[in-house]
Amino acid sequence: MNFSIIFDNWKLYLEGVILTLQLVPLSLLFGFSLALPLSVLRVSKNKVLNLPVYWFTYFFRGTPLLVQMFLFYYGLSQFSFIRDTFLWVFFKDPYKVALLSFSLNTAAYTTEIFRGAIERLPAGQIEAAKSCGMSRWIMLKRIIFPIALRNSIPAYGNEVIFMLHGSSIAGLITLVDITGAARIIYARYFSPAEAFITAAVLYLILTFTIVWVFRLLEKRFLSYLKI
Amino acid sequence: MFDFLYGYGPSLLEGGLITIILSIVSLFIASILGLITAFMRLSKIRTLQAIALIYTTIIRGIPELVMMLLIFFGGQILINKMVQSLGFDVYIDINPFVSGSMTIGLIFGAYMGETFRGAYLAVPVGQIEAARSCGMNNWKLFKRILFPQMTRHALPSFGNNWLVLVKSTALVSVIGLEDVVRKADLAGGSTHKPFNFWIACALIYLLITSVSNRIQRALEERYNIGFQESEA
Repeated sequence: MNFSIIFDNWKLYLEGVILTLQLVPLSLLFGFSLALPLSVLRVSKNKVLNLPVYWFTYFFRGTPLLVQMFLFYYGLSQFSFIRDTFLWVFFKDPYKVALLSFSLNTAAYTTEIFRGAIERLPAGQIEAAKSCGMSRWIMLKRIIFPIALRNSIPAYGNEVIFMLHGSSIAGLITLVDITGAARIIYARYFSPAEAFITAAVLYLILTFTIVWVFRLLEKRFLSYLKI
Repeated sequence: MFDFLYGYGPSLLEGGLITIILSIVSLFIASILGLITAFMRLSKIRTLQAIALIYTTIIRGIPELVMMLLIFFGGQILINKMVQSLGFDVYIDINPFVSGSMTIGLIFGAYMGETFRGAYLAVPVGQIEAARSCGMNNWKLFKRILFPQMTRHALPSFGNNWLVLVKSTALVSVIGLEDVVRKADLAGGSTHKPFNFWIACALIYLLITSVSNRIQRALEERYNIGFQESEA
């Protein structure tokens, strides 16, 4: 094995790491922000509010992220109302399309995580809030979200790792993320082991960092659960 | 339906069948690896524990796509170097189906290992001691005591792993396997109607996951007989 080609091309890998570190946190941010209101709609007993969100999560959790990304990137170019309007500025840009499909995908998973946490809230907490005369909004702000979000931390940590790993497909629509950089090095030098092992090590480092951060978060926010 | 797919319907279904077969073969490999890993982690031999722990930790920290590219392209070169060093002058092409199912099996073996380990730990120790005191050997203990009870505890997580596994088979299209994703890509390219085919492809995955959910629920009901109250 000859890892000197990796050191000669460290700038390409750096570029890849930077792109991955943009795509993943941004998608997570958009997905998280979408999931907060969606999870409230999802637990609603009103079918008109609940069903569309159910279909949304059903579609995005039931199909591969790769297919979703191709659907947006290649699929939508079929329609002239997208190709011939301002929408094309958005949908011809692989970065924006990757961001869109990753955000919607993680929003779907996160919605279901939050839904589970909200449904598992002790009924007494809600009753107490109601008997204090809290409106639905205040109850959400003071009781439901603070408790449900805390309890979602372990599951959300897994989702963040899945998103990091899922983002490795961005290279398939020409973006140079970590995997994309590795594919370029592989094609240039025909040395798959060095190229992909380097990518694997970079992902391992990122994964362990995420695990460590979430362990700290759990210690900070969930320590009251441990006896 | 066939008008919507411009005559590519059968080709897409063929790809869907390959996706299903690949998933089942990978699941089989993953389950065997998972059982081995679980029992290695539970064994009293330190080295075995460590090997299993390193395997699960590393595999779960690397994206499936990177593993697949490494095994497909790296494995190709490795095998050919070995063949050439043995003095044969042939070039061997690895089959994408073989390396795809091996990679996915290897990855999900790590997840299955955790599933089975948790299920084993959920079986009360008294049950195992009782079986031993009846004189059961390891195999009988597994077949009669562990397996039926582990199944109940493992099913939810096993089913979840299966759903994630089915979706990650989509990546095998990248190394050229003619699965449903690749077929949709080809058909979309030649008809200039990519949207139709990507939607159809997504629907095939939805069909697979929906049917899997049904089966899982039925199995869970079957294995939970007698536990309804305590599990509620």
